[in-house]
Amino acid sequence: MAGLELLSDQGYRVDGRRAGELRKIQARMGVFAQADGSAYIEQGNTKALAVVYGPHEIRGSRARALPDRALVNCQYSSATFSTGERKRRPHGDRKSCEMGLQLRQTFEAAILTQLHPRSQIDIYVQVLQADGGTYAACVNAATLAVLDAGIPMRDFVCACSAGFVDGTALADLSHVEEAAGGPQLALALLPASGQIALLEMDARLHEDHLERVLEAAAQAARDVHTLLDLVVRQHVREASILLGD
Amino acid sequence: MLKSKTFLKKTRAGGVMKIVREHYLRDDIGCGAAGCTACGGAHEGPALEPQPQDPASSLCPQPHYLLPDTNVLLHQIDVLEDPAIRNVIVLQTVLQEVRNRSAPVYKRIRDVTNNQEKHFYTFTNEHHRETYVEQEQGENANDRNDRAIRVAAKWYNEHLKKMSADNQLQVIFITNDRKNKEKAVEEGIPAFTCEEYVKSLTANPELIDRLACLSEEGNEIESGKIIFSEHLPLSKLQQGIKSGTYLQGTFRASRENYLEATVWIHGDNEENKEIILQGLKHLNRAVHEDIVAVELLPKSQWVAPSSVVLHDEGQNEDDVEKEEEREQMLKTAVSEKMLKPTGRVVGIIKRNWRPYCGMLSKSDIKESRRHLFTPADKRIPRIRIETRQASTLEGRRIIVAIDGWPRNSRYPNGHFVKNLGDVGEKETETEVLLLEHDVPHQPFSQAVLSFLPKMPWSITEKDMKNREDLRHLCICSVDPPGCTDIDDALHCRELENGNLEVGVHIADVSHFIRPGNALDQESARRGTTVYLCEKRIDMVPELLSSNLCSLKCDVDRLAFSCIWEMNHSAEILKTKFTKSVINSKASLTYAEAQLRIDSANMRDDITTSLRGLNKLAKILKKKRIEKGALTLSSPEVRFHMDSETHDPIDLQTKELRETNSMVEEFMLLANISVAKKIHEEFSEHALLRKHPAPPPSNYEILVKAAKSRNLEIKTDTAKSLAESLDRAESPTFPYLNTLLRILATRCMMQAVYFCSGMDNDFHHYGLASPIYTHFTSPIRRYADVIVHRLLAVAIGADCTYPELTDKHKLADICKNLNYRHKMAQYAQRASVAFHTQLFFKSKGIVSEEAYILFVRKNAIVVLIPKYGLEGTVFFEEKDKPNPRLIYDDEIPSLKIEDTVFHVFDKVKVKIMLDSSNLQHQKIRMSLVEPQIPGISIPPDNISNMNLNGPEKKKMKFEK
Repeated sequence: MAGLELLSDQGYRVDGRRAGELRKIQARMGVFAQADGSAYIEQGNTKALAVVYGPHEIRGSRARALPDRALVNCQYSSATFSTGERKRRPHGDRKSCEMGLQLRQTFEAAILTQLHPRSQIDIYVQVLQADGGTYAACVNAATLAVLDAGIPMRDFVCACSAGFVDGTALADLSHVEEAAGGPQLALALLPASGQIALLEMDARLHEDHLERVLEAAAQAARDVHTLLDLVVRQHVREASILLGD
Repeated sequence: MLKSKTFLKKTRAGGVMKIVREHYLRDDIGCGAAGCTACGGAHEGPALEPQPQDPASSLCPQPHYLLPDTNVLLHQIDVLEDPAIRNVIVLQTVLQEVRNRSAPVYKRIRDVTNNQEKHFYTFTNEHHRETYVEQEQGENANDRNDRAIRVAAKWYNEHLKKMSADNQLQVIFITNDRKNKEKAVEEGIPAFTCEEYVKSLTANPELIDRLACLSEEGNEIESGKIIFSEHLPLSKLQQGIKSGTYLQGTFRASRENYLEATVWIHGDNEENKEIILQGLKHLNRAVHEDIVAVELLPKSQWVAPSSVVLHDEGQNEDDVEKEEEREQMLKTAVSEKMLKPTGRVVGIIKRNWRPYCGMLSKSDIKESRRHLFTPADKRIPRIRIETRQASTLEGRRIIVAIDGWPRNSRYPNGHFVKNLGDVGEKETETEVLLLEHDVPHQPFSQAVLSFLPKMPWSITEKDMKNREDLRHLCICSVDPPGCTDIDDALHCRELENGNLEVGVHIADVSHFIRPGNALDQESARRGTTVYLCEKRIDMVPELLSSNLCSLKCDVDRLAFSCIWEMNHSAEILKTKFTKSVINSKASLTYAEAQLRIDSANMRDDITTSLRGLNKLAKILKKKRIEKGALTLSSPEVRFHMDSETHDPIDLQTKELRETNSMVEEFMLLANISVAKKIHEEFSEHALLRKHPAPPPSNYEILVKAAKSRNLEIKTDTAKSLAESLDRAESPTFPYLNTLLRILATRCMMQAVYFCSGMDNDFHHYGLASPIYTHFTSPIRRYADVIVHRLLAVAIGADCTYPELTDKHKLADICKNLNYRHKMAQYAQRASVAFHTQLFFKSKGIVSEEAYILFVRKNAIVVLIPKYGLEGTVFFEEKDKPNPRLIYDDEIPSLKIEDTVFHVFDKVKVKIMLDSSNLQHQKIRMSLVEPQIPGISIPPDNISNMNLNGPEKKKMKFEK
């Protein structure tokens, strides 16, 4: 039996997209009233929810407070029903710790933390359904939530994954494509400046190909930015109508 | 531009698992017709012609495109590949189904699609908004696909009508499924079966022969009785394999006996590695190389491999009873321990059919359109084909593909593919043996040639980067006469400190073949240059192989040098690798070099250099043999060709001179040095060559044979084998030692390339070296090109590239190289055999001395040292009473009447060309001495021999 053909001769991927195309993105801001900021995003079948509290006083040990900037605290979790197989995912397992850490690094680079010294910003992200590119969905959701909370940032942080199949870079991998085992790269970008907030890859990829994959991921991240920007503008417009301005 | 519809697909895998996948439907997929305004510009690559100029079909005179369904594509690929068939729409649904069902057909379809002339277009219907269909309740996957194909066909017809009203362009649906066709016609789609359509192409009647004849399910059982038991369905086989009732393996038919085959069981368990199948019914329609499932028979039915040589000669179907008789013949009484696991084929897991070369055996009935085809490969059964051109195809080599093998048929059904040419003609025969051994031999494509350097070529400043100038050194090359692809040159000089500097300079092929381009891919595919008797099939284009890379004398050439500093007892003090430029001072033949070394009055630089090399080589060789390297022997022959007709006029065994071994010694040294270096640098992905030690059982023949001569051969280590071979001399029989060495060669395993990260046994048994690779012949072996690249990276002379450091890719390359090398060897042997035949054809009948190499149940295999020729002398003939044969496996000996034959006995045989079978003209040998009444032929009345076989055959028909 032949394996799955990830990219056909005609240039279509398994789900019918072309190499550089994103999955359908839908997003909403301000989904919870209690939180300071919240957002929900769907990238294809990957669905994530982000909630932001803060900036507020340091909870717990005061010793953690940073004298010159705010502490960014990120927690990642995924729902038991997020994958095909129902599985209990306890808090604090290796995978979610790592993801939390990555999110923290990403947002420390984007949030203007020096404006709120000795305080704390909490970002909670939960993946409701996982179909590839969970990191990217989390970052994008969290960006919207942080914006919703009104916390000043340098820029949007837009993330996207990219893979490499038969000499072609594929943007925004779905679960099937991830599972096929090729190299996968996750990139979080500050689109206006083109600065990279986080770049992560844990497979072998030859140096010669890196640039192309990186460019594919960056282009995809810029496309994500265009969409998120629309969502934010729409949200602000609705909010301003409600406020009666 | 993105119309997205998300939907759910549920599948079961093991437990219940819900799989959710997105499936995007698009509206930007073009129909592929050039000039279609509705989907303007959306098609790239090869597209359909706007006004197809197809061969006139009487069924549909208007211009039209074809749209075949999966089964048509799978079975009638030979027809579709014909240049007459153009403008075909291949649906994605169809392509996916083909991909899942047959990898070779899928590859062929892709090749056709990529051919611009053919105007094949792949339409991604599954992602098109209007042609996507969802599986309905109660509809199975096959029905859904059929419906999807019909929907696409319908859409195409409507779409093309929209394109322009007066356009008569039609899409014709081709299917062999009757129900599907009816439904299509109901829906208003013009549909035909493949046969109907091809028959309507009045301009191309020859296409009909290429149609695969598929018996329809209905009449399969009607005619004739059922010979074979049914194959079990795949699901049952898989269950059986899982539970252990069946075993999965590769079916290997016996070359010598068509009623016998072995199955090599895949898997790790040591026992039952090989299973014997005997008898037509147990073989159950498996063809050589198929993956089959077998069931072991109870021990009481186990048999021993028969040593009988048996060829299929039946003419028609009715002789099934006769087969049974023959099968009985195989089951002679044998001792209990000879019995091997025996089984029968219960089902086929995967067919590995390919097109076969061979000849037509014309049917006796003149008007018959059904004929039997006899493949050149004896392991392939004969194939029944239907053709109207039997009389033109007679006596020609043709290619035939198998279509199927129904249960009631003695032979598989097939169809004619291609006519190669007259039998016996050198070009045809060469073509056949290249095809049969899967040697890529087409001329290099334009794409490949475009990567060659532009002439006139010279070394530029850029080339000199990272390169050492060694043009001042006195370098020379030593090769066989007439060699134009010189890939190695040597030098040796004394240094000021009294040590010797020895350099091996290898053509820098990797400078010209850059990784990844078409030239590189083509060379990688070919893997090796194939040397046939009168022809060389190059691995790289001639410009490189015989000019720019060839280290000819008196021109500047790029090289990769391996330079050692040695003391006078040939110990390496320093090793250096560098890319270089050299200027060879002389290209010598082995004989010329030998003359220079031997003649005392020559004192020039080249000669002193050669003498130094020769001295060192002798020491190196001695050291190597002390370590346990084997010196084996195989009879090699060289033909002296007529310069004009290229017919062989003389045959001569290759002579070995000191200089041969001198060059060889330094090549081995260079290979070992390079192997160490690249393994040191790339422990995970060095391309190396290993030669595994043979299992002790392989030596049985050798030990037994030696014992019969009261000699002892020790086989526990390579060293003891080498020593005992050296000791095995007989004063009265000087050739015995050579014979033993020839036998020892047959016991060896095949040396193979491998990737160091995928294996942990690196040992080279024959050379007694812990590590080895191939570095010295990059012009004719691709492995060396890879090794050059690795070494260049290791010394920083070149940059790396992704595939080089991917051990799985490297393992794939090794796999291909091993296959190509094996095939090249077989092709070379076949070429020698063919030329030997030509030689004996011109020479007539000769009697020669020979030695017995093996003893079989009804024959002896002899070797004629004078011609290096091996042949079989049969003692059983069809038309003669069988002599009394007693075979003893223990000693190996064969007693015929009152004469006993042992291995290594000297006999005298008569050699002649037997052309009774046009397809397999062969050298026939018969015994002259010792004389056995009724068996051997008296040496004097040779002329009375019945040589004209065809007459004999005719007589048989009349009976």
